[in-house]
Amino acid sequence: MRFAVIVFPGSNCDEDMYHAVVDQLGASAQLLPHTATSLAGFDGVLIPGGFSYGDYLRCGAIARFSPIMPAIIDFANQGGLVLGVCNGFQVLTEAGLLPGALHENTSLEFICKDTQLKITNPNTRFTSAYTTDTITLPIAHGEGNYYCDPDTLAQMQANGQIVFTYTDNPNGSVADIAGITNANGNVLGMMPHPERAVEALLGLTDGLGLFESMAQATKTAL
Amino acid sequence: MINPTKLELTPEEIKAQKPYLAWSMTDSEYELACTMLGRLPNYTETGLFAVMWSEHCSYKNSKPVLKQFHTTGQQVLQGPGEGAGIVEIGDGQAVVFKAESHNHPSAVEPYEGAATGVGGIIRDIFSMGAQPIAVLDSLRFGELDNPRTKYLMSQVVKGIADYGNCIGLPTVGGETSFDATYEGNPLVNAMCVGILDQKDMQVGQAKGSDNSIIYVGAKTGRDGIHGATFASEEFSDDTESDRSAVQVGDPFMEKLLMDACVEVVRHHKEALVGIQDMGAAGLVSSSAEMASKAGTGMVLNLDLVPVRESGMTPYEMMLSESQERMLLCVNQGYEQEILDVFDRFGLDAVKIGHVTTDKAYRLYHQGALVCDVPVDDLVSNAPVYHRPKQVPARLVAPEPTQFQPDVTDLAKTFYQLLAQPTIASKASIYGTYDTQVRTNTVVKPGSDAAVLRIRGTKKALAMDMDGNARYIYLDPKVGGAIAVAEAARNLVAAGAKPLAMTDCLNYGNPEKPEHFYELETSAQGMTEACKMLDTPVISGNVSLYNETNGQAIYPTPVVGMVGLIKDTKDIQTLAFKAAGDLVYLVGQTTAGFNGSEIQKLQTGKISGALFDFDLQAEADNQAVMLQAIQAGLTQGVHDISKGGLLTALAESSFQNQGHLGASIDWDLDPAWLFSESQSRFLVTVKPAQAGDFEALLGTNAQLLGKVVAAPTLTIHTGNATEIIDLNQAKAIWEDAIPCLMK
Repeated sequence: MRFAVIVFPGSNCDEDMYHAVVDQLGASAQLLPHTATSLAGFDGVLIPGGFSYGDYLRCGAIARFSPIMPAIIDFANQGGLVLGVCNGFQVLTEAGLLPGALHENTSLEFICKDTQLKITNPNTRFTSAYTTDTITLPIAHGEGNYYCDPDTLAQMQANGQIVFTYTDNPNGSVADIAGITNANGNVLGMMPHPERAVEALLGLTDGLGLFESMAQATKTAL
Repeated sequence: MINPTKLELTPEEIKAQKPYLAWSMTDSEYELACTMLGRLPNYTETGLFAVMWSEHCSYKNSKPVLKQFHTTGQQVLQGPGEGAGIVEIGDGQAVVFKAESHNHPSAVEPYEGAATGVGGIIRDIFSMGAQPIAVLDSLRFGELDNPRTKYLMSQVVKGIADYGNCIGLPTVGGETSFDATYEGNPLVNAMCVGILDQKDMQVGQAKGSDNSIIYVGAKTGRDGIHGATFASEEFSDDTESDRSAVQVGDPFMEKLLMDACVEVVRHHKEALVGIQDMGAAGLVSSSAEMASKAGTGMVLNLDLVPVRESGMTPYEMMLSESQERMLLCVNQGYEQEILDVFDRFGLDAVKIGHVTTDKAYRLYHQGALVCDVPVDDLVSNAPVYHRPKQVPARLVAPEPTQFQPDVTDLAKTFYQLLAQPTIASKASIYGTYDTQVRTNTVVKPGSDAAVLRIRGTKKALAMDMDGNARYIYLDPKVGGAIAVAEAARNLVAAGAKPLAMTDCLNYGNPEKPEHFYELETSAQGMTEACKMLDTPVISGNVSLYNETNGQAIYPTPVVGMVGLIKDTKDIQTLAFKAAGDLVYLVGQTTAGFNGSEIQKLQTGKISGALFDFDLQAEADNQAVMLQAIQAGLTQGVHDISKGGLLTALAESSFQNQGHLGASIDWDLDPAWLFSESQSRFLVTVKPAQAGDFEALLGTNAQLLGKVVAAPTLTIHTGNATEIIDLNQAKAIWEDAIPCLMK
C-alpha cells in the first residue's frame, strides 16, 4: 500500500501521518507537495491536519484551490481512498468532496484532549478492521463543530455515512458527528487524529485500526 | 517622493533637542557615542546607539551579574552568547534550548505580546540549526479579582495557543501563578526546545570578506520600533500610548520560515556561514551582532530591504521589530542556491549587503551613506554599569519564626487551599494548547515535567519551567538556589538526569539599589545550586524595569531546565498507579511556612524569614531518587512543592479520575502537611519492591501508607482521623480558575 501525504504550506501533522503509516503500519508513503498535479502510483491519499495557508479566510478555503486539488478530486471520483483529518476534513468539505462545513467550537476555544468515539458504521473501508465499537482518539482543533442541513443529515444517516460520533460532544457538532464519508464511502473526513494514536508509548493505539482498514480495503480492491 | 530622511533632525538639532532621552539614552551615553565617533551622530546613528545600548540588547546593567553564572560543563557544546545554548545528549545529537521574556509587550497588548514571545524564542532555536520540538511557558499574573487581570490572562493564553498550535509545535509545560505584585506587570516567559545533529550546529556570525548578507522572511513594517527600549523602561499610567512598540505575529509565516531555515541548515551547509533571528532591535541588532562576533564589518543597502509600506526611513527600517524575519550570511557564489530554497516556500529572500573586513557598520539609503560607525561601538563597547546595591528594608531583620497555620478543620483548610489559583488545576489553560502535534509527547502538561521521546532512539527529554518568587522575595539567595533545585527536582521526578538550564531574570529597576541587590544576590544563590547539581546556565535573558508607578514585582528568576532520560522505560508520572502500592515520603519535613501558599491563604500575604534549605541534601535526594527510578523500583514519583505534601497526594490521586486515593499515617504536627520544606518527593512503590527501595533510600524514605481503591485521602494523625473527599476536592481544584475567570 502506497500513501500520498499531501503537504500544503502550513500543514503540520504531515510528518505525524507519514510516521503513523510507515513506522507503525509498515506501509509506504510519500510527502507530496501542494504543487504536485498527479497522484499516479498511489493507493490512498492522506490529507493531514494543520493550518493550510494559515487558515486565512476560512479553514481549508484556500487549500481547495491549490494545484494538487484537481488530482485529489479525480482520485476520489474514481473510487480511490481519501482520508482527511482535522484541517484535512475542512479541506474536503471546502472542496465539495464531503457535505457540510466546520464551524468554530461552541466554546470558542481550541480544544486539545482525548475523546471517546462510537464507531457508528463498522462496515466502511475505514473501519472494517475494528473489533470494538468504542475507541478513544485525541482531538486538537478550534473549528471542529460540524454542521449540515437536516436533509443532508437524514440522507447521510440513511446511507450510513456517519462513521464516528462523539460520546461526549466537545465542540457542538450536529448529531455528535466526528467523522463522515461521502455517499460512495471512499472519502472520509474526521476531526479526531488517528495518526496520534498509533503507539502505546504515547498513550493511545486506537488509530491503528483505521489505517489497517484502509490497507485491507486496498488489498481487496486489487 | 521626498526623501524622508530630509525631515529628520540634523546632528546639531539632536544635540540641542535631545530626542534620545525619549529613547532611554542618557546624556552621558550620548556624549560617549559622540566621543567614540569623533563627531555628532546623525539621526539614524543616534537611534542605533540608543537601541543597541538598551538593557534589553546590551545587558549593560546585568552583565556583571551574568558573569558570575556557572556556564561550563562537559555536556555544554554552546554556552551563553548565541541565539540559544546547546547540550550534548549522546549519539551525535544535541538539545538546544532557551527561554525569553516578553513581559512589557504582553502588559500592553497581551495577545500579540505573548504570541510574538513564542515566535521569537522559536526563531532563536532554529537559528542554531535545530528542529524545534516543544514550547513551554511560565506565566505570572495579578490576583484574578479584577477584569483587567482576567483580560490579560485570557489573551496571553490565547496568544500562546494560537501561535504554537498554528506553527505546529506542542506547548507541553510550564507554570502559571498569581500574586498581586504582578498586577501591572504580568510576566510572560516562553521557552523553546529543539534537537539537532551536532554536525548541523550553527552560529550567528558573519565571517568572510564579501560574503553575502541575505534577508529572509516577512517584510519590514513600522511595528515594534524601539520595542527593546520600551522593554527597558518602567511603566506608568500613560504606558498605553506605547502600544505601537508591540509587534504583530504571523505563525503561518514562521512555519514556512522555520521549515525553510531547517532545510538550509541541513542541506546547504556549504552555502551557509551564519544565521540569526531578527528579534529585539530587529535588523540593526542581528546584523551588527553577526559582524561584531565574527570580527568583521558590514555594508547594507537599505533600498533592498523588503518593506511593507513606502517612505520608511533608515531609522525605522533598522529599528523595526517586525516578526518572522531572519538574517543569513552566505558564501559568495552560493546566493542563488539559498534564494531558491526560500522561493520554494514563497518567502522573500533578498541579498541586502555584504561582509567587509574593516569592522565598520555602514548603511546606504537612496544613494547616501546614512550610518558609518565602528560595529564594536554598537555591540561590544556598549557601556557597562556596576550598579550600587542595598539590602531591602524587609530583609534587614525579618521575623525569624515560621508562620504557624491554623488547621483546626484540616479538610476545610485543604479545600480552601485547592481553590487558590496558584494551586488549582491549570487544565483550562493547557487544554487550549495542542500538546501532541509532532507525536513525540509522552508526558503531557499536568505532571512535574513534560516528557518527549526522541524519535528513532530509546531516549527522551524531560523539560520544565519553575521559579517560586515568593521565596526569593523573602530570601533572594536561598530562594534563587531553590528555584534551580526545584526545576531539577521536577526533572528527576520524571525520571531524567538534569542537563543544563536557561533562565529569564525578571526584576525591577536595577538603578534602584534594592532591586540590584535582589538581582545580584539571587543570581549567587542560583549559581551555588547550578554548581551543586551540575546544571550550568547555557542561555537566557534579562527583563528589568518590571515596575508600575514605582512599584516593582517580586524578584522573579524563572528557570527552564532540560533533562535526559536514557531509556523511555524510566519515564515516571505523578499518578497513583494501583491500589496496594506503598506510599513513601522521601526527604525531611520541617516547618516551611514563610512564603508558603498556606501563609498567603491565611494571612493574605507572605512574610518573615524563609525556611531553611540544605543544598547538599537536595543533591543527595535527587541522586538517590534517580537511582531508584533507573533501577525500576518506583511506580510513581511526584515533587512536593507549593501547597506541601497534602496537595501532592491529592494531585497524584486526581490523575486517575479520582479512582485511587491513599491512606496514610502522619505523626508530625498536622499543619506540617502544608509545609513547603524542600528536597522532598512523594513516591509509590510496589509492595514486592519495598525491601529494595528501603535498602537503597535508607532512613531518607518514610513509609506513609498505601494507595487505596477509593476516592478518599485518609490521614491518621496522632489522635484523630481526617478524611478528604477526593471527588469534592477535585471539583474544587478543577473549577477554581474557570470560576474566577467568569
